[in-house]
Amino acid sequence: MTLHLSIMLWLPLALGVLGLLAPPRLAGRLALVGSGLALAYAITYVVDFDSAAPGLQYVTDETWIGELGISYKLGIDGLNLLLVALTGILWFASTLWANLQDRTHAADRPRLFYFHMALAETAVLGALLAQDLALFVVFFDLMLVPFFFLTGMWGRARRVQATMKLVIYTLVGSLLMLTAAIATGVLAAQGDPALSFAFSDLAQRPLAESSQQWIFLFFAAAFLVKMPAFPLHGWMPDAYRSMPLPVLAVFSGVLSKVAAYGFLRVTLPLFPAASEQFQMLLLLIALASILYGSAMAFTTTEARLILGYSSVAQLGFITLGIFALNAQGAQGAILQAFNHGLVVAPAFFIVALLAARAGGSQDIRDMGGVGMRAPVLASLFLIVAFATLAIPGSSNFVGEFYILLGVFTEKIVIALVAAAGVIMAAFYTLRLFITSVHNRTGARVESRELTLREGLVLVPLVLLIVAIALYPQFGLKRSEATVTAVTAPVATRLAERPGRGLTQYAPLAETARPKAQTR
Amino acid sequence: MIAAAAAAAGKAAGPEIDWAGLSPLIAVLGGALVVLLLGLVVSRTVRENVVPLLSIASLAIAIGLSVGQWGRREDLIAGALRLDELTLVLTVIFCVAGIATVLLSWRHVAPREAAHGEYHALLLTSIAGMIVLVAAQNLVTVFLGLELLSIPLYVLCATEMRRASSLESGLKYLVVGSLGSAILLYGLAFIYGATGSTDFAGIATALGGDGDLVTDPLLLTGLALAIVGLAFKASVAPFHQWTPDVYEGAPTPVTAFMAVATKAAAFGITLRLLDVALIEAAIDWAPPLAALAAVTIVVGNVGALGQSSLKRLLAYSSVAQAGYMLAGVVVASRLGLQATVFYLAVYVVMNLAAFAVIVARERETPLGDDIASLNGIGATRPLLAWPMTIAMLALAGFPATAGFIGKFYLIESSVNGGYTWLAVFIVVGSMISLAYYLKVIAAIWMTPSETEEGVAPVPAPLPGGDQPVLAGGSDEATGLRAQGEVIAVAVVFGALTLILGVVPSPLFDVVRGAGAALGLL
Repeated sequence: MTLHLSIMLWLPLALGVLGLLAPPRLAGRLALVGSGLALAYAITYVVDFDSAAPGLQYVTDETWIGELGISYKLGIDGLNLLLVALTGILWFASTLWANLQDRTHAADRPRLFYFHMALAETAVLGALLAQDLALFVVFFDLMLVPFFFLTGMWGRARRVQATMKLVIYTLVGSLLMLTAAIATGVLAAQGDPALSFAFSDLAQRPLAESSQQWIFLFFAAAFLVKMPAFPLHGWMPDAYRSMPLPVLAVFSGVLSKVAAYGFLRVTLPLFPAASEQFQMLLLLIALASILYGSAMAFTTTEARLILGYSSVAQLGFITLGIFALNAQGAQGAILQAFNHGLVVAPAFFIVALLAARAGGSQDIRDMGGVGMRAPVLASLFLIVAFATLAIPGSSNFVGEFYILLGVFTEKIVIALVAAAGVIMAAFYTLRLFITSVHNRTGARVESRELTLREGLVLVPLVLLIVAIALYPQFGLKRSEATVTAVTAPVATRLAERPGRGLTQYAPLAETARPKAQTR
Repeated sequence: MIAAAAAAAGKAAGPEIDWAGLSPLIAVLGGALVVLLLGLVVSRTVRENVVPLLSIASLAIAIGLSVGQWGRREDLIAGALRLDELTLVLTVIFCVAGIATVLLSWRHVAPREAAHGEYHALLLTSIAGMIVLVAAQNLVTVFLGLELLSIPLYVLCATEMRRASSLESGLKYLVVGSLGSAILLYGLAFIYGATGSTDFAGIATALGGDGDLVTDPLLLTGLALAIVGLAFKASVAPFHQWTPDVYEGAPTPVTAFMAVATKAAAFGITLRLLDVALIEAAIDWAPPLAALAAVTIVVGNVGALGQSSLKRLLAYSSVAQAGYMLAGVVVASRLGLQATVFYLAVYVVMNLAAFAVIVARERETPLGDDIASLNGIGATRPLLAWPMTIAMLALAGFPATAGFIGKFYLIESSVNGGYTWLAVFIVVGSMISLAYYLKVIAAIWMTPSETEEGVAPVPAPLPGGDQPVLAGGSDEATGLRAQGEVIAVAVVFGALTLILGVVPSPLFDVVRGAGAALGLL
C-alpha cells in the first residue's frame, strides 16, 4: 500500500486556498473537509504503521533545491507518528468547534480565518514529517505566519501587541536555529562535496565537538522559546490571553510539542556530544519550568493562564524526559506530549464554556456552581482534570512515570524534585476544577448544560482520553523501536562517561553507530 | 590598451566593435533618443501614452537581446566592457526594474511636470549607465558607467518641480552622489598608480605577480577610497545618511527605481571589481568589508524601527539589505557571488511589489506614504494587501518566500567562507527587522481604516496627497480604476516573490551561470 505523505501534508492548505476563493459560507465547511481528510490519513498511518521497524516509513524523497542541498524528504517513524495523529485530531476538533460556534471569531472574515487555520495545519504537519533539516526549519518558521495573523486579526484585547510579542520572541529563536541549521549542513559537508541537509546524511557526518556546542545552544534556544520553558516564556501570558479559542487549543496542544519533538529529532541524534554536555543545563531549565509553571498555575486566577502555566510545567516534564538521554525518558516524553495535547485542548474548550456561563469572565473567582445544573459538563471536566493531574490509571500517569523513571536512573536528585511537580499538578488542577465547577455559584453565573454542538467536539475528545488511559501501550508500542535507535548514540556516550558505573542502562541496540568522537 | 593595439598595427585604427554584444545597450540608448524626440510632439496622447509604451518596448527588446546572448563570454570594445552572464543577468534585472518604473510613473505627476520625453529619456539613459557599469572591466569604464547612471538620477529625483522636498532630494543626491563619485575616482586613480594598469585583468596579474603589492600603502589607500565610493552608491553604512532623505523626497516611482536598480548596479560593479580585479588583495578588503556589512545591518535595521513613512522605512530596510548582500561579497567565493546575485534578483522583486503598493496608496489616500495609508486595506483592497504582505514577509525572511531562500543562500555562503559571525549578524538583523516589517503587516490586516469614509470607493475629487492642482485632469478623477497597471505591478511581483520562494531552481540556474562567468573558485 502506498500512502503518500504529501497528500496529507498539502490537503488542508489546498482546501484552505479553495475556501479563500469560495463564498464565505463555504469556507468553514471546506476547511473542515480538509482537516477531516488529514485526520483520516493520520488514522490510516497509525493503523498501518509497522511498530517493529525503527526506521522511516512511507518515505518521500525528492530534490527540492539541489543547489542548496535541500531535499523534500518526508517520513514517519515512532517519533512523529503520535504527534501527527495528535495534529490531525486537534485540528479537526478546533475546525469543527469554529464551524459550530457561529457567533465566535470566525464569523468575521471567515475565509481568511480558515485559510490561516489550514496553512497552520500544513506547516505543523510539515515540521513533523520533514526528514531534512532545512525543510524542518522552513516549516518550523512557517508555522508562525498563520498564528501571527490568527492572533492579530481575531484575538481579544491587545491582540496586536500580543501577536507581535509572540512572533518576535519565537522568531528570535527560530532565526538562530536557521543559522545553526545551515552551519550544521555546511560544516558537515566539509571535505565531502555534496551538501545535504537530510537527517540521514547528517547523522553520518558528525560535527566537531566545538561546533556542536554552539549549534546545540542555538537549536535549544529556538525550541525552548517555542515550548515555552521557564526563562523564555515571556510571550506566553499575553498570547494565551488574546488568542481566539480554537486557535489557542491547537497552539497549546500541538505547537509546543513540535518544539519538544525537535529536540528528539534534531539535537539528540545530530549533536550527541553537546547533548550530553549540556544535559544538566537542560535538566535544570526543565526543573525550573516545572516548579515555576506549577507555582504560577497555583496562584493566578485567570483560567486560561492556569492552563497556560500548567503547560509550561508539563513541557518541563517532557524536556526532563528527553534529557534523561535514555530510551525510557524519551518514550515517556513522546507519550506525554501526545497525552498533554489531548488533554489541554478539551480543557481550553471547557474553560471557554465555563467562561461563557460566567458572563464572559475568564477569572475563576467569577465562576462556580456550574456542577449542579450541568452535570455532564462537570463530569467531562472532571475526567480531563484527572488526566491532567496524571492520576494513576490515566495515560498521563504512565507518561510521567516513564519520564521520572528515565531521570531516576540518571539524576536521582532531579527526579525527586520533579516528583514534587506531580503533586503540585494535583493542587492546581483540582483548584481550577473546584473553584470553577463547585464552590458557591458566582454572581453572574447562569448554569446551562452542555449543548449538543459543544458536546459534539468535547465528548469524542474525552472518550479518546479514556481510551488512551485504558490502553497506553498503544503509544508506547509504536514509539519504542525508533526511540531506542535515536537515543542510542547519546546514551552510549553517557554510559561511557568517566566515573560512571551504571553501564547496564546503555541500550543494547546494535544500531548504535561507531563512536563519532572521543575526547 | 587601445593605444597599444593601435601602435602595434602601425596606424590609427579604432577598436573592433562587436555590435551584437552591445545590442542591449544600443536598444536602451536608442530608445532614449527616440523617446526624447517624441516628447516634443504636440499630441498629448503621444506624449502620455506612446512615450511610455516605446520606453517599455525598448527595454523589452533589450531583455530579449540579452536573453538571446546567454552563454557568451567575450570582451567588447578592446576590453573596455565584458559580456558575460553576470552582465546579462544584471541587464535583465535593470530592464525589468525599468519597465516596472515606467508602469508606476504612467499616470504619475512626475513625468508630466518634467515633460514625458525627458523623464523617460533620463530613465533609459540611467539604465544604459547601469549596463555599462556592470559590464565594465576597466577602471575608466567604471567611472564612465557610474556617471552615466548617476547624473540622470539626480535630475529624476527632482522631477516633481513644484514640490520642495523633491527638489531637496535631487540636490542632496547630487551633492552626496558627486562626493561619492569623486572619492571613487580618487581611489581608482590610486589603484592604477599602484598596479600600473586600468584593465581589470592587468590589475589582477599585477597583484598576483608581486606579493608585496597587496601591502603597498598606495594600493591600500586606493582600495579604501574605492570601497568608500561604492559604499556611497550602495548606501552602505556609515555612508548611507543620504538614503532616507533622498528616497523620501523623490517621486515614488523614481524611489523604487533607485532602491532596486541602483543598488543592483552598485553591487554588480563591486562584485566585478573586488572578485575579479582585486581578488588577490582579498586579504586587504575582506575583513574591513565584513565590518562594514555588520555595521550596515545593525544601522539599517535600527534606523527603520521608528519610521512612520513607508519610503523612509524601505530606505533603511534597503540599507540593511545592502548589509546582507555585502556578506556574499566578503567571502570572495563563487558561492558568495552567486548568493549575492540571487539575493539581488530577489531583492528587486520584493521591493518592486512593495513600492507599487505605496504608489497605489499615495493616489488613493491623502496620507501620502505614511504607514497609516495602509490601515485596513486587508479588508478593502486585497489586491494591494496581499502583495504588500508577501513583500514584507519576504524582506523579513519568512519561509515560502523568495526572501527566505535568498537569506538562506547568503548565510550558507558566509558560513562556508568562514564568516559564521557575519551570518549571526544577518539573523540578528533579521530579528530586529521583524519589528518594523510586522508593523506594516499589522497596519494592513489588524488596524481598522480611519479614513474609510474619506476614501470610499468613488472619491469625487481624489484628494491626492502628492498631487497638487496640476493633477486634477479629467483622467485622474477615476483614481481607483485608473491605476490598473500599478496594481498589476504589485500583483505580478508579489506573486513572483512567492513563486521564487517555492520553485527557486530557475533562478539558481541563472546565477550559477553568473558565478561561473567570473571564474572564481
